[in-house]
Amino acid sequence: MNRIYSYIFVMAAVTYLVRMLPLTLIRKEIKSDFVKSFLYYVPYATLAAMTFPAILYASNDMRASIAGFAVALVLSFRKKSLLTVASCACIAVFFVELFIA
Amino acid sequence: MGDMKEFRRGLTDAIPICLGYLAVSFAFGIQASEAGLSVFQASLMSLTNVTSAGQFSSLDVIKSNASFAEMALLQLVVNIRYMLMSTALSQKLSSKESTLARCLVAYGVTDEIFGLSVTRKGRLHPSYSYGLIICSVFGWVLGTFLGAFAGNIMPDRLISALGLAIYGMFLAIIIPETRESTSVMAVVIGSMVLSSIFTYAPGLRTISSGFRIIIVTVVIASLAAIIFPRKEEALDEQNI
Repeated sequence: MNRIYSYIFVMAAVTYLVRMLPLTLIRKEIKSDFVKSFLYYVPYATLAAMTFPAILYASNDMRASIAGFAVALVLSFRKKSLLTVASCACIAVFFVELFIA
Repeated sequence: MGDMKEFRRGLTDAIPICLGYLAVSFAFGIQASEAGLSVFQASLMSLTNVTSAGQFSSLDVIKSNASFAEMALLQLVVNIRYMLMSTALSQKLSSKESTLARCLVAYGVTDEIFGLSVTRKGRLHPSYSYGLIICSVFGWVLGTFLGAFAGNIMPDRLISALGLAIYGMFLAIIIPETRESTSVMAVVIGSMVLSSIFTYAPGLRTISSGFRIIIVTVVIASLAAIIFPRKEEALDEQNI
């Protein structure tokens, strides 16, 4: 169906423009202290908001998700690498589901 | 030579993103084929869009045969957070970077790639971004392909466990900085609390997840910028 290709094109165009315009149009350093502070905090706010409470529903069993969340919190607080944190969280979920579910 | 080193560093740093994407896009591939997309169409969508929330939400629009305008508006709403991220990244790039480099970096602005790029110390080198993008998009497209092609052969328990990968990664990006800075700690806790309120409170919970993230980000980051303004030590002095 050609219509699906048109949908894909529309989606890709909108999404790309949203990403591309600020990067190409804003070339100078922003001087405002408020804007700079705001931008510094953006990733922490966004990623925290995306993680919680969504992480509770990321696996089939909320108890397993909580275990994975706890493992990830402890390991990331100890500054373990991305791969270590992510894979240990997955392993925790796997075993909790294995024993509980 | 420096570029090659940055590129390789990007490739290896993105391995957890690649693995997390494999899991998430696998699930997307399964749903896309259920929605009537061919394996090629699903993979093409992943290659050209690289956005989890946008792609998952598009399937409903495609199934209901809605207008292109509706599709465009939905994508704008769900993905407008990338505008904030690209603005932040524009400050992380040297003003000397070419338009071509900026356009290539823009292709790969996702939550995860942004998280890694922006929390890196010093300036962002486009070569580092290219490494991140190639490794991550490889996982995203491969997962979609496999999910659409052979979705039902993978054990459910494994998919369930892999669901945590993305969030484990997010936490690994934001939590270490909370040890150094109480303002970041306040931002992380505040955002999680506000996001929970928006998820569960009657009325507020009808707001789509894309908008929820925008609102929480703007509110919390603005408050933090007012309460804990940062005395800027210029990026240029940390690194060139």
